[in-house]
Amino acid sequence: MSVLVFAEISDGKFKKATYEAVSYGRQVADMLGSKVVAIAIGSGADSSVLGEYGAHVVKTIETSDSFTADAYAAAVNASANEVSASTVIISNTYTGKSLAPRLAQLMGASLATNVVSLPDTQNGFKVKRSVFSGKAFAFVNLQRDKKIIAITPNSFEIKSFGESATVETASGSLGTTGLSVEAVNKVTGKIPLTEAEVVVSGGRGMKGPENWHLIEDLASALGAATACSKPVSDMDWRPHSEHVGQTGITIKPNLYIAVGISGAIQHLAGVSSSKVIVAINKDPEAPFFKAADYGIVGDAFEVLPQLISAAKN
Amino acid sequence: MKILACISVVPDTTTKITFTENNTQFNTAGVQYILNPYDELAVTRGLEIAEANGGTLTIVHVGKADAEPVIRKALSMGANEAIRIDAEPTDAQYVAEEIAKIAGGYDLILTGRESIDYNGGAVCGLLGSVLGIPSINVVTRIDYANGKFSFDRDIDGGRETVSCAGPCVASAQKDLCEPRIPNMRGIMAARTKPLQVLAPQASANYADYTAYELPAAKSGVRLIDVSEAGKLIDILRNEAKVI
Repeated sequence: MSVLVFAEISDGKFKKATYEAVSYGRQVADMLGSKVVAIAIGSGADSSVLGEYGAHVVKTIETSDSFTADAYAAAVNASANEVSASTVIISNTYTGKSLAPRLAQLMGASLATNVVSLPDTQNGFKVKRSVFSGKAFAFVNLQRDKKIIAITPNSFEIKSFGESATVETASGSLGTTGLSVEAVNKVTGKIPLTEAEVVVSGGRGMKGPENWHLIEDLASALGAATACSKPVSDMDWRPHSEHVGQTGITIKPNLYIAVGISGAIQHLAGVSSSKVIVAINKDPEAPFFKAADYGIVGDAFEVLPQLISAAKN
Repeated sequence: MKILACISVVPDTTTKITFTENNTQFNTAGVQYILNPYDELAVTRGLEIAEANGGTLTIVHVGKADAEPVIRKALSMGANEAIRIDAEPTDAQYVAEEIAKIAGGYDLILTGRESIDYNGGAVCGLLGSVLGIPSINVVTRIDYANGKFSFDRDIDGGRETVSCAGPCVASAQKDLCEPRIPNMRGIMAARTKPLQVLAPQASANYADYTAYELPAAKSGVRLIDVSEAGKLIDILRNEAKVI
């Protein structure tokens, strides 16, 4: 028996979310008294580093093929069989979300996505997951012998175990895919919003896309990703990929700074799990202040330059 | 061309979420139910592709009879027919297995990116795997030309373009299209469109929801005066230690 972790590689490197998943997998393995095997598919990443974060063994499949859910699921399933995996840990990134359900079906496993807790194995196998787009949590008991847990990025600490992992070539290979990947356009050098530890977000109070340099300047001074509210993406001031909230993406950074966003219930749903929330709004009655840890009642154009200059110091 | 759109029925986005029975049941009192916003996009784009290619769009929903007004809404948008599988949808895997029983023979199957209640986002991939066809998550563009479907989809930190001949299953993301608003003619026509009710056929459950919890309330906001806004950075660095 073992715990298998899908070690996602992006641009020749493991993602931070991968280290979180490996450390999470190690804690589950310690609980179950089993070993952690990571499966790394792709090229360029130094697999041995995963030992530091908790992996005992890393199986590798060297490929330059783009991710496709069908081909990857077949490969991970083959590895799961090879190492008799009872539990598979996947980070809930876009890639992880595409992979997890197909793998669950192939393995006949129970699947839980958006997981924010370690399993409780006292009475069954229970995990806590976020539901209602962050407005609540649910406890779900996974009933099949095999389980797939897709964990929310930024929910678990990366732990150091000071060990090294054995790296082996996996016996399986990438499955066939029914898809042709024709173009991949990645914005390089930008922090993906779902994995960012700090997020600076703008709403209608920013008055127009021409003022977004203030959001971007603060974000770059803090090493943060940028986000926006629904009206802002609806008016095309910013791309939809930056829209956080109930019908956008749900994020869980350590710090969320909301500038000129009133804090409608749908918006709060997507950000309320952030560890620390800062609201900046000129309306003292803005609902965001009730959900925030820190607040500044004031005009964004007065506040942001001060924050940018303080952050650069 | 035959297209299938899978829909869920969810609480309206403004719903304040609460629980009853010692936090074991979702409190449905006063809740307005709507067509899941991402599924609305799946239905709309499905219709556009069906109409452009002389095809049909079928709606499928796994749920009880109280979902029928929402199913009729999807019909009023222009779908040709609907199937309701008469079962309580317990988890995504159960729902996907039920849908898979009727999903053979379609060229394109569409779902929403996720339902806004349970946010699993799993039905697209599960269906693809059960049916042995490709699944394409979070698509922002679907076109059909020269016998091939072409998709843009969101990936971590960007977007990619993929194509396949079909059949395949894809999940709709915002940007895919503007949701279609039913017109009076559509609403009238929907009343008499076929809505078939089928008995469930699948399988045991995979997951059991035992309890719920609301996020911890914030202890109260600490306000910083606008004249010394820069102090906030100091607090975030040295007290909250988040930057």
